Amino acid sequence: MNRLTKLFSEKKENILSIYYTAGYPEIGATLKIAQALEKAGADFLEIGFPYSDPVADGPVIQHSSQVAIDNGMTLKMLFNQLKDLRQQVSIPVLLMGYVNPMLQYGVQNFCRDAAEAGVDGIIVPDMPLYECEELYKDEFIKHGLSNIFLVTPQTSEERIRKIDSLSNGFIYLLSSSATTGKGLNQSEEISKYYERVRAMDLNNPLIIGFGISDKVSFERANKFANGAIVGTAFVKTIGNKEDYLSHIPEFISKIKGSN
Amino acid sequence: MKTNYRINEKGYYGDFGGAYIPEMLYPNVEELRSKYLEIINQPDFKAEFESLLKDYVGRPSPLFLAQRLSDKYGAKIYLKREDLNHTGAHKINNTIGQILLAEKLGKKRIIAETGAGQHGVATATVCALKGLECVVYMGEVDIERQAPNVARMKMMGAKVVPATSGSKTLKDATNEALRDWINNPVDTHYIIGSVVGPHPYPEMVSLFQSVISEETKKQLVEHTGKDQPNYVLACVGGGSNAMGMFYHFLDDENVKLIAAEAAGLGVNSGHSAATSVLGKEGVLHGSRTILMQTDDGQVVEPYSISAGLDYPGIGPQHAHLNKVKRVEYVSITDDEAMQASLLLAKMEGIIPAIESAHALAQLEKMTFQKDDVVVVCLSGRGDKDLATFMKYFNL
Repeated sequence: MNRLTKLFSEKKENILSIYYTAGYPEIGATLKIAQALEKAGADFLEIGFPYSDPVADGPVIQHSSQVAIDNGMTLKMLFNQLKDLRQQVSIPVLLMGYVNPMLQYGVQNFCRDAAEAGVDGIIVPDMPLYECEELYKDEFIKHGLSNIFLVTPQTSEERIRKIDSLSNGFIYLLSSSATTGKGLNQSEEISKYYERVRAMDLNNPLIIGFGISDKVSFERANKFANGAIVGTAFVKTIGNKEDYLSHIPEFISKIKGSN
Repeated sequence: MKTNYRINEKGYYGDFGGAYIPEMLYPNVEELRSKYLEIINQPDFKAEFESLLKDYVGRPSPLFLAQRLSDKYGAKIYLKREDLNHTGAHKINNTIGQILLAEKLGKKRIIAETGAGQHGVATATVCALKGLECVVYMGEVDIERQAPNVARMKMMGAKVVPATSGSKTLKDATNEALRDWINNPVDTHYIIGSVVGPHPYPEMVSLFQSVISEETKKQLVEHTGKDQPNYVLACVGGGSNAMGMFYHFLDDENVKLIAAEAAGLGVNSGHSAATSVLGKEGVLHGSRTILMQTDDGQVVEPYSISAGLDYPGIGPQHAHLNKVKRVEYVSITDDEAMQASLLLAKMEGIIPAIESAHALAQLEKMTFQKDDVVVVCLSGRGDKDLATFMKYFNL
């Protein structure tokens, strides 16, 4: 059991995860932000390793990735920074990014270095299920890394079952809905989709991501899932600020509604 | 054992291909994958595709024996005249196929990416023909460089959306189009313009473009009595005209296939798009292929004087054909391509697209036997490049 699976065995609701891009807003920010987030009350972290062409992300995270690349962030640099991770941070940490930088680093090397740094899991949105299962799954298991897959409103039940069977951490439920019509408004449709997935009684906990930005959206997500992930809103908050660390406690307490 | 050059049941050409896409795109791509072969083999689809290629595009495009060029090089040089197609390039073969497919899938909205604007124009054209909404993503930098094509698209009713992220060129336009598709998965079809992207796009686009080599074989029999030339040449950016030109020759092992990439200011100048030399294996725009990238796996911005070859990767089938050495990939600089453009204009009265001139430039570097039969794919016409020619040659 890694830190992530331990967290889910102990905490079943209102789990808050924060995404941020390594090397943004400055190259040395990675561990400082992690410490500040843990102190402020985040339950687990997703640290993004930047990619030049992040198609699953919007303009805010693409911008942070480009700044991070310009700042000199690479996977090599990130793993170097993460050597001190477990002296400073005790909550679960996942790495999130695109498959190409990982392939260049070597999937084996990536898993080895992630495990050595005390990373608990990975999210690679553009790694296909088939390739993951055939080529890489054993490597993740060998290094005790949870592998997280995404599910969208359009994902079929059969595919959700398959994803559930390949997951060992949580299922990342995307809130974006692109279906139209049928007389339902968008939020009703999203609720029906959350209900549908929850009713499947999956093995893995559900964490909702994309579009979670404040207390209202966090609470709403928690009605249906075990927790939620905030990315863009956090990256915006720490962007372009000299004293970015000092904004973190307020940001977290506002979302959790504890102030 | 004979090497297999074609796609396998998993969507791979050897080590390359696949569908490396975020889950948000899975339903769209899966819908295409599971239906495209059945649809394009239906008799009514085939009939409409062939009729539009004939009466709207103007096919078959001629195979022209370039006599003065032949005398100069000491071989029989034939030009496959894709430049004579409606809209001025081979791109329309693919957009006709995909618009018919989109109709069969019940899609109401079409999106596309474009670099120089040729594929954008070809997409706007078929959308106007079919009365479908059309949105074309184009890098902000390219919109400035290619004003006439932007105007063409607008005249035909397309909305041209500037891609303002990253380097603001073709690869960023592709990212924006993919994002649009993520946000509009149900009613929208994405017409990719080259043999790139997640499976089944590379295969589908090369099938639609394969009409080029299908016609060439028949025309060669009329001209020479044989359907196999000694050499077939085409230029490669993403590689769609080359795949179309090579398609029916792949298994004719005695036909030598040559693909010309853009070396820009020189392969090692830092301003180049010669992917087969500079690229490493990785994933770009949804498929495993070779691409120009840093050691950290960040995509490198390519350069070529020709906007259509200015792409940091090549299609997965090209990556495979390069690896198994079925096709020889060569590098042509800006200057070599520009001189080849001028030569064709002066000797044959044909102004080629600068893209196509990369293939023509390779002729200078080859030695031929007197009876050699050579086919060069003249993928597009040079009208769109006039501003570049005027500046380069001080016209």
